[in-house]
Amino acid sequence: MPNLPLARPGPDAPPIDDPDPRNRRADDIDAVPLRHPWRWVIAVVLLLVFAGVAVSLWQNDNVNHPTISEFIFDRRILDGVVLTLVLTIVSMAVSTVLAVLLAVMRLSNNPVMNALSWLYIWAFRGTPLLIQIVVWGYLGLLYAQITLGVPFTDFSLFSMDTNTLIPAFTAGLLALTLNQAAYSAEIVRAGMLSVDEGQYEAAYSVGMSPTFTLFKVVLPQAMRVIIPPMGNETISMLKNTSLLSVIAVLELYTVATQISSQNLRQVELLVVVSCWYLFLTSMLSIPQYYLERHYGRGNARSLPPTPLARVWKILRPVPRPTTNRADAP
Amino acid sequence: MTDRERVPDPTASAHQPLLSARKVRKSFGGVEVLKGISLDVAAGQVMCLLGPSGSGKSTFLRCINHLERIDGGRISVDGELVGYAARHGRIFEMNRREVAKQRRGIGMVFQRFNLFPHMTALENITAAPIGVRGLPKPAARDRGRELLDRVGLADLAQSYPAQLSGGQQQRVAIARALAMDPQLLLFDEPTSALDPELVGDVLDVMRALAADGMTMVVVTHEIGFARGAADEVVFMDAGIVVESGPPARVLDNPQNPRTQAFLDSVI
Repeated sequence: MPNLPLARPGPDAPPIDDPDPRNRRADDIDAVPLRHPWRWVIAVVLLLVFAGVAVSLWQNDNVNHPTISEFIFDRRILDGVVLTLVLTIVSMAVSTVLAVLLAVMRLSNNPVMNALSWLYIWAFRGTPLLIQIVVWGYLGLLYAQITLGVPFTDFSLFSMDTNTLIPAFTAGLLALTLNQAAYSAEIVRAGMLSVDEGQYEAAYSVGMSPTFTLFKVVLPQAMRVIIPPMGNETISMLKNTSLLSVIAVLELYTVATQISSQNLRQVELLVVVSCWYLFLTSMLSIPQYYLERHYGRGNARSLPPTPLARVWKILRPVPRPTTNRADAP
Repeated sequence: MTDRERVPDPTASAHQPLLSARKVRKSFGGVEVLKGISLDVAAGQVMCLLGPSGSGKSTFLRCINHLERIDGGRISVDGELVGYAARHGRIFEMNRREVAKQRRGIGMVFQRFNLFPHMTALENITAAPIGVRGLPKPAARDRGRELLDRVGLADLAQSYPAQLSGGQQQRVAIARALAMDPQLLLFDEPTSALDPELVGDVLDVMRALAADGMTMVVVTHEIGFARGAADEVVFMDAGIVVESGPPARVLDNPQNPRTQAFLDSVI
């Protein structure tokens, strides 16, 4: 060993790279911290680029800024925002339930269930969402009447005109939900596969039934893996609701195009719509933090910080020596 | 489920053992892992299964609570065939819910602990009594704390498995198995994944259980434990029982050269 006067940190000594000089001990090295000049250079260049883009947008004569502020809180736009949110929340909720069902079917030993789930995912993931939306929206062209009864007999429990039974909103909701279920099913399946086989064995060994094991042991652990990609899917869904404009569901984007077709302020209304989508997707990431924290409990790694904790971290950039090690005592 | 009857095992005698295995066979993909295992464990006895890895000890243990389905022979616990039920005078293979019900009486402790990581130590213990047996929560918690105290972890009830050492996790796993009041406890190499200094605590708990009269089948490499705690030691190799008997005879005076060779290599 070279005879450098390296301090050996004891169990209660602060880490050697603690930037706070008050925590330094007499026999620690008093060194100049590593500098990062390139970070500053890159930051300045990027700031200049962003400033240039912002100014060019601001000074662009083709954008009428008062129109943006006029329509950002317009009654029709706000109604569109509400409908977009309703579509997103309902379709994500229902599709997640369907996805769990599909994933369980896909992982079951029952060959019929397995094949059915595979077929569903194959069909709904393999065709464009836009086409699915159009099919549901124009289902009346395919089936004028929808009848519930026993196949190949005259017995019918109920029969109704397709366009009355499935108005545009319902058609849109169906299209988004059924399509999303196919994608989410694969995410749920991946989450379930991430749970160790020993967990099933332990659950069975204390007499838990397969269903009880699924809901109390497997899914809670799978959630930790499922939630981050599901957050992604929710954000995708929020923006995919704009596709429903093809069947004239009055969500945010449809409303904006209707307004701009009257006042011919296309760019301004697209800016309005984009601002709302950005705002909504930002808001959606908040519940994700809390879900991740909830399902991350018991995990050895430290929990993701809450949004507040993140803000706090930005304001106080010098980290304290943390002791979030979950080592065995 | 209500019309499920116990299948009386015709080979069981009046003085029946708690666990009885007869000519148990099991293959994995054409490889026969168990080639006719027959053994009996009386209530209150401790049996240790020894043998080189790949000898089929763990597979046999997993067959006892039907984590593996046997291909031939029969296993009965307390005179009831494992994995089969009688209805209307015929024997049917049990469905998964019936198997789950049967397993309640057979506890198991795993090599890798397999605690539920999203539950605290106490929740690990109370999950099955509350959810499977329908025990009221306060009663289950009281019993859970009592069991934690019994394995020496009374103050760690609220810890998550990741915050516990291997030895502590294994003791929680033992408490979890005990919470269902099993009549038979299976141990699958319970100390093999532990640091050497943590093995003693787990073995102490197991010795205390044995002294309390718990019927136990223990797959282990701890010869010292087998010598001190076992009523019977079974040496298995290549899917058959090579030698069995009281520990003094099998461990200190083995008759079969394979047993001798194994013991020489372990000690």
